[in-house]
Order: sequence, then structure tokens, then C-alpha cells
Amino acid sequence: MTELVETSSAPALSLGRRLEIVPIVLFAAFAAAPLLAMLSGAEGYVLSLLTRVMIFGIAAMSLDLILGYGALVSFGHAAFFGLGGYAVGILASHGIEEALIQVPVALAASALFALVTGAISLRTKGVYFIMITLAFGQMLYFLATSLAAYGGDDGMTLASRSLLAGSTALENDFALYGFCLLCLFGVYAFSRSLVVSRFGRVLRGTRENALRMEAIGFEPFRYQLTAYVISGMMAGLAGCLLANQAEFVSPAFMTWQRSGELIFMVVLGGLGSLHGAIIGAAAFLLLEEFLPEILHMTSFFLAEETRSHLAENWKMVFGPLLILIVLFVRGGIMGLLRRPRHG
Amino acid sequence: MAEPMLELRNLRKNYGALVVTDDVSLAVNSGELHAVIGPNGAGKTTLIHQISGMLPSNSGKILFAGEDITQLSMPQRVAKGLARSFQITSILPGFSALENVSLAIQARSGSSFRFFGNAAQERALNEPAMDCLTHVGLSARAHIPAGLLSHGEKRQLELAIGLATEPKLLLLDEPLAGTGHDESQRVVETLRRLKGRLTIVLIEHDMEAVFSLADRVSVLVYGRLIATDTPERVRANPEVRAAYLGEEEMV
Repeated sequence: MTELVETSSAPALSLGRRLEIVPIVLFAAFAAAPLLAMLSGAEGYVLSLLTRVMIFGIAAMSLDLILGYGALVSFGHAAFFGLGGYAVGILASHGIEEALIQVPVALAASALFALVTGAISLRTKGVYFIMITLAFGQMLYFLATSLAAYGGDDGMTLASRSLLAGSTALENDFALYGFCLLCLFGVYAFSRSLVVSRFGRVLRGTRENALRMEAIGFEPFRYQLTAYVISGMMAGLAGCLLANQAEFVSPAFMTWQRSGELIFMVVLGGLGSLHGAIIGAAAFLLLEEFLPEILHMTSFFLAEETRSHLAENWKMVFGPLLILIVLFVRGGIMGLLRRPRHG
Repeated sequence: MAEPMLELRNLRKNYGALVVTDDVSLAVNSGELHAVIGPNGAGKTTLIHQISGMLPSNSGKILFAGEDITQLSMPQRVAKGLARSFQITSILPGFSALENVSLAIQARSGSSFRFFGNAAQERALNEPAMDCLTHVGLSARAHIPAGLLSHGEKRQLELAIGLATEPKLLLLDEPLAGTGHDESQRVVETLRRLKGRLTIVLIEHDMEAVFSLADRVSVLVYGRLIATDTPERVRANPEVRAAYLGEEEMV
């Protein structure tokens, strides 16, 4: 693991691109985390938490692709999470547990859903786009709750994790962690390539001035729809992984609150940097996990009763904290990391 | 004579009872610089919007190089060689001047559904883009974010973007609007160099520039064309003088 870290950081340093430090440190941390997890003694807990962080990182990054680079505020992105999850769950309940079948099916389903809903939603702008993506997301949510054969409201438990080319390797938490890390890295590398490519440049140009893009001969709709489909497929992949991590799928995968959380993660991390979305997802989930303890620890000067109340109602602190970060740290956490270098 | 580059046949646009473009018929010859002048509110910009495809027309036809383009979208018209600039500067402020232009080159050269390779480093896009910038005298400012350019430089940049689409016809909506004296001199010089190489339809308030540049001038008043002629004859036309009386000083 440590070797991997060293080899990956060397060429970037010679390039002298300072900001590249952030993703390198980020991925190095993810790569090194299993070692620390083993040392911590609570490896199952740490691994499952960080696996979730990476999965949400993929989903948040997929949203950043259209939100940060295309200014398309999709408020129904959790639908793709659900599609990916249910593709795994439904296929598994019919005895098809092979990931090499489940994942392509999930990607195809996500792409189709994105193509149809995107083709309709992208005809609207601004707040109407937000509302219509929300409506499509809710549509899928209610569809899932009505699937009585597949658990309806309660969802369904997977008998086992997906098979990988026939092997049960993913049953091992370390293997699943590694697989998620591989997916995260793959999605990140592809997205990085995408945003600076010809395609990405058209997408970014459309974000800045759609009329200008039309006046030089681009039809923004085609590019936005393609980006929407790609983004949906990435989030669908994250859904597959989440189903495997939780060994459970339910309509809760695709509530509108989940879509809102994804937007929050992206904004928290910093729009339009891709790794910012991963950092945002990590910050959101880790805060959610550890804030009660942090509150309990830092409020040592208060009476014991107040302290436990505070820890219990940690969400009262969580909400304002997120709002403060978004309000006062322009560009999210990435903006914070960037600032001292420019200052 | 060859067919006109642009022909408008009984073009009409109205918002309810308000007629903005009233039965306009006009032929712009290949290679000429055709100016459209008129008092404020005459419907000049609306006419450009209709020709460029930004606004649909209620009736009438637009023929471009003999082909009916009335139903085509703006990007489709651009692909056929019809470029435009905007009265209110329209650029991509976060992109460098060079990238603004090279995007226009990209629109014409190969597919933009390429997900790999850094577009900003494609020489096949950057070199012609640099040529366009040099043409308008902006090459020294190529790597500056377009939003930070001065107003006059932005007008020049818009011209470069228009040129980068390799148009047969360039529609310019008040390219001198809001520019200072030196800046407007530079734009006029650029236009003079372009003249004859491509067909230009120019809307402009600066009469000095119009009469020094234009081959022919059309006068639009309340959506209606009242005259189309050489600059000298238009200047002498009593109807035009009446329309402009008290509005603007004729040169």
C-alpha cells in the first residue's frame, strides 16, 4: 500500500501542479486506511464507514459533473442510487448474483432512465428543472414502495453480496473496500478526463453562456443530455455498491432527502472540482457519524446532563454548522484548501 | 448577377398588435457590407435576431445563399455559415480569450463528443484561434480570462469569435456600442480589412462609421424599410431625413 502511495505522488510533484496534491493525498488516505483500520481494532466498523464514504463520494462526484460543470441542479439524483441498488436486489432475488451481469444491467437501467427523464427535464430551466427532476425522483421512489414482491416499503435483504466473476471475494470487507476504491478512482479519472475534453469544454461553456454556445453552432441540449446520462450511470454504479455494502436495498435509497444530501455534499466540498465532491461526502458522513461524540467531548465545561442532551440532539448543531460552512467558506472545503496558496 | 447571399422575403414579426418587423424584403449581395440604420426602437436588433434564428418569424422567408433557412435553429444556421455578434457583449467570461475563440473553431472541426484528451491543448484548435485573435489585434491578450478584458477588447473578441466560425455572412449588432474613440477606430479598421472577404450586415448607430464602411445602406423605421441605396443617395433621401429629424445628426 505504501509503495502505491509513493509511486503515485512522484510524477505529480514533478509536474509542479500544487492543487494536484489534494486528490493524491485523498486517494493515498483511502489506500492507507485499511492498514489503520486493522490497527484500530474496530476494523469492521471503520471499513464499512469508509466504504460508505467512497460510495457516496462516487454519487456526489457524479452530481458534481452536471451541477458543478453544467449548472444543472438535479434534485432527483438519488433515483439513480435506487436504480443501481434495486438492479442488484431484484436480480439477486431471481438468483442472478453475478456482478458482471448486475452492474451492466444497473448501468443500462440508469442510462435509460436518465435519457428519458433528461430529455424531458432539460427542456426546462432553473427552478423548473429542479422541480421536474425532483418529481421524477419521487415517481421512482413511490414505484419502489409499491413493489410488494420486492419488499415494498420495507425493502429487501440480500442473501449475500454479489459474485465477482463467480468468486465470493466481495464477501470479504477488505475486498469490497478495495473494489469500491477502484470504482471511485476509475470514476474520478474518467471524470477528470471528461471535464477538460472537447465534450467537457462545451459543457462548461454552456454553463457560462448557453446563448453564446448556440451562436457559435453548438446545440447545448445534446451535450447536457449526454452529461446527464453519464452522470446517472455513475450514480447507478454507486447504487450497486451501496446495495452490496449494506446487503440491503429499500426505497429509502432514493428519498428526496437523499438527493438533497447529495447536493449538500457537493456544495460542502466545493462545486466543480470533482475531488471536492468526494471530500464533501466524507465530511458530511463523518460529521454525521462523529458529531455526537465530538459535541460530548468539547462541551466538558457544561453539566453532565446538558452534555448528554447536546450529544443526543446533535442535529441541532449539524444543520447550522453546514449552513455556516456554505455561507462563509466560498467554494466549500476545496475553497478553504485553495485559499492560503493564492493568498 | 449571382444570387444574393441573404434574401429576406416579406419578413414579419409581431407581438400581438405591436408589429416589430413589418413586411421587410431585402437582398444582401455576396461580398458587400450592408448597413442597417434607423432610429431607436426601429426593430434593427429584432431583425438580426430573426435572421440569426434567435427569434422565430411570424411570416415571410429567409433565404441564405439561395436556401430557405426560415425553419432552422441558430446552431444549424451557424453551421451553414451565418455568424452573429450581440449588441450586449456575449462571451464566456471564465474562459481565456483564446479558449473563447478556439471553442468556435471546435464547433466546426470534428465531433465534440470526445471524452478524452485535453481540448485546451489541441494545436489544431488553438492555432487557427490565435490567427483570429491576431486578426483583431488581441493576440497579446490571448491568455487573459475574457471577463477581465476591457469593454473594447470584448467587442474585438466577439468579432474574433464570429470570424472563427468561418462565416459566409457576419451579422454585427452595434459592434461599436459603448466603445471609446480609440477602441472604435480599431474596430472600424478591423471591419475595413474584412470588407470584401465576407458578406457583412452591420447595424450601427455611429453614422460616421456606417457611411465610411458601407456599400449600401438600408433604413428601418418602425419595422419598415423606407430606403435601400448607396450611402450618398440614402443621405440625400428626404424621407430618411424626415425620419431622422431631431433623432440624430446626419453626417
